[in-house]
Amino acid sequence: MLKHLTGSEIVCEALIKEGVSVVFGIPGGAILPLYGVLSKYPALRHILTRHEQGAAHAADGYARSTGTVGVAFATSGPGATNLVTGLATAMMDSVPMVAITGQVGRAAIGTDAFQEADITGATMPVTKHNYLVMRADDLGRTVHEAFHIARTGRPGPVLIDIPKDVFIEMGEYDPDESIDLPGYSVPGMADEAQIDAAAALINQAERPVILAGHGVVLSRSFDELRELAEKAQIPVVTTLLGISSFPEDHVLSTGFPGMHGMAYASLAIDQADLIINFGSRFDDRIVGDAQRFSTGSKKIHVDIDPAEINKTIHVEAPVVGNIKDVFGQLLPKVKKTTHVEWLQHVEHLKAEHPSLRIPESDRLMGQHVVKALSDVTKGDAIITTGVGQHQMWAAQHYQFKNANSWLSSGGAGTMGYEVPSAIGAQVGNPDKLVWSICGDGGFQMTMMELATVVENRLPIKYAIMNNNHLGMITQWQSFFYDGDYQAETYTGNPDFVKLAEAYGIKGIRVTSQDELESAIREANAHEGPVVVDFVIEKVDDLYPMIPVGQSIEELIEDPN
Amino acid sequence: MAETANGTFQRTIAALVQDRPGVLARIAGLFRRRGFNIASLAVGRSERSGLSRMTFVVEGPEEVVRQVAAQLDRLIDVVEVHDITEQNIVWRELALIKVRANAGKRGEILELANIFRVNVIDIGVESLTMEISGGRQKIDSLIELLRKFGLEEVIRTGRVATLRGTLVEGEDDGLFQSDASKSTYTLPTATGESGSV
Ligand SMILES: Cc1ncc(C[n+]2csc(CCOP(=O)(O)OP(=O)(O)O)c2C)c(N)n1
Ligand SMILES: [Mg+2]
Repeated sequence: MLKHLTGSEIVCEALIKEGVSVVFGIPGGAILPLYGVLSKYPALRHILTRHEQGAAHAADGYARSTGTVGVAFATSGPGATNLVTGLATAMMDSVPMVAITGQVGRAAIGTDAFQEADITGATMPVTKHNYLVMRADDLGRTVHEAFHIARTGRPGPVLIDIPKDVFIEMGEYDPDESIDLPGYSVPGMADEAQIDAAAALINQAERPVILAGHGVVLSRSFDELRELAEKAQIPVVTTLLGISSFPEDHVLSTGFPGMHGMAYASLAIDQADLIINFGSRFDDRIVGDAQRFSTGSKKIHVDIDPAEINKTIHVEAPVVGNIKDVFGQLLPKVKKTTHVEWLQHVEHLKAEHPSLRIPESDRLMGQHVVKALSDVTKGDAIITTGVGQHQMWAAQHYQFKNANSWLSSGGAGTMGYEVPSAIGAQVGNPDKLVWSICGDGGFQMTMMELATVVENRLPIKYAIMNNNHLGMITQWQSFFYDGDYQAETYTGNPDFVKLAEAYGIKGIRVTSQDELESAIREANAHEGPVVVDFVIEKVDDLYPMIPVGQSIEELIEDPN
Repeated sequence: MAETANGTFQRTIAALVQDRPGVLARIAGLFRRRGFNIASLAVGRSERSGLSRMTFVVEGPEEVVRQVAAQLDRLIDVVEVHDITEQNIVWRELALIKVRANAGKRGEILELANIFRVNVIDIGVESLTMEISGGRQKIDSLIELLRKFGLEEVIRTGRVATLRGTLVEGEDDGLFQSDASKSTYTLPTATGESGSV
């Protein structure tokens, strides 16, 4: 049924038809006509953030934790450009998002008008697709296309830029119009020949390893992954973004590999005769020197994006398709088997290279904090992080019990992700416990969003891993710049407890190991949000470590 | 795949794209980001309404240029893309060459034009402009031969290419050397099926 509506109404109706119930954003002149109709659509809950980057990361955290498309609004010019970091973060990690930005009126486009920015031009490299919509009649179709593109295939962010007068213009909206995108196809099942080739390699392998990437999480193939691993008794290494796709207390769970991953995970990959990669893009933080990456193994690469195949690592058996469908095709063809010797060897690697030994120290170390968080919450929380040492400790020491409970900026490595992503995760999962493990650096990049937390009564627990340093920078300068420390020490950090209190948030300070558990319990028991300032030791090193661009041969396990 | 003098590799890509504002910018942006160097580019409306055809010749390290078609295919505005480097294709380039030609030299130049079967499209008092189409080598040779008369302007188009419709190879003028055994790229289709293109 054709509807005659204003552009703003069309946008809202199309969002609701897409199942949207929450949007994160900040208004401004060019997008005010859209805000002007929000009161007519109570089904759309608008959460006002304090910065557009926060809106974008919150939409990202919402999307990752719920599996639906996250939505952000921003105005033209600086509002729109403030979204860019959030879009780039989502793009690198294939997170489904739709951003709607206001633009100056059609007649003013291209005149350097007040608050004009060419946001479609600026975001081309950091979106899966983007649109500048010049007629209200095109709005409905565009919104539906944008959601289709964002959530299908390899997911990603899509931006829709709408001139102010297009929001106001009357247009026609046909909610039942079907999508016609001749240049866009969504891979489903893989070619049977590819499946057969992959199955044959799996059935012949003596030392197979599964590398489970973000694709397993994005396609929600947790059960299938487990079924395959158990059927053929294959150790499962998860990538940084694959963490929580496989239960970590499972005997086949073999950690995460790469630069700061577990040594045994990197060693298992190096010594394997077959790597079965499900939805990881062989990122350089895992591969290091591509020429020396697991040279003794054949490789199967299952990916929904054909452009990832042979991009960095040559593979013998490419399988292009939706991972969930591929598991369905592959499972009946994979023989039930045991790789007793190999599994014993992997167990041996785990024992020989514990990798997760927590430094013996009376002082409070980052590892102690994560370990205690993991123990007290029994691995049951949704964890979001920033980027740096604390992120690696979180990845190493939190024992995830639930699928898809790990939210971290892997590809872009965006500091500041920790504060707003937790907002998105908590809004999307009101009944779950959300702990954000923050760097003191990253926290200060987006801490203005504490106001958003308070306003929306979100019971998020923020754990600031306060080392008064850009710890990861300290570490790199120690390793790669002969200890020439520059711009890595903070001397002006605020009192985070007082800061929390200024927002009306409960603040707790922890300075010793003895206080750890009780503080975490106290935070968990508190109904509202909490900021815990964990004052931890500064360390120059984080092990294990494979230096950039190197291989397993250069692995530094723990010199102490 | 053709290796160029400086050790980089060339691939010929044919694409059918939406005829919309910004499409060329998207493609150019992708090429820039991924380090693909465009040696030539030809764009024009196609036989299908709303769609344009583009033929690119891209240059770069072998492993990089092999990715071009797959990366282009990710763009929503690219409807179809084929890496036709190793296919049996015919291709042509066009050049307009303005050469200095006073009355004394004109006869010699016209004779050359005749041998190369090119059209002379403009004759002035001091110069002469000819139009040549064909393979790159043929155009290069003519330009070399004309150089001694004094080249005033050389304007070359990018390559346009299409798959051969017959199995009979026509005149080899412009025919790209094909080596099917080297073809590794297969284009996945909507269903995830892959077929060689
Ligand atoms: C937005 C942004 N700017 C700069 C960097 C580079 N960088 C990576 S880790 C790091 C230090 C992070 O410090 P902090 O958040 O305190 O975490 P820590 O390493 O101390 O745990 C920096 C500056 C980044 N990843 N993101
Ligand atoms: Mg720090």
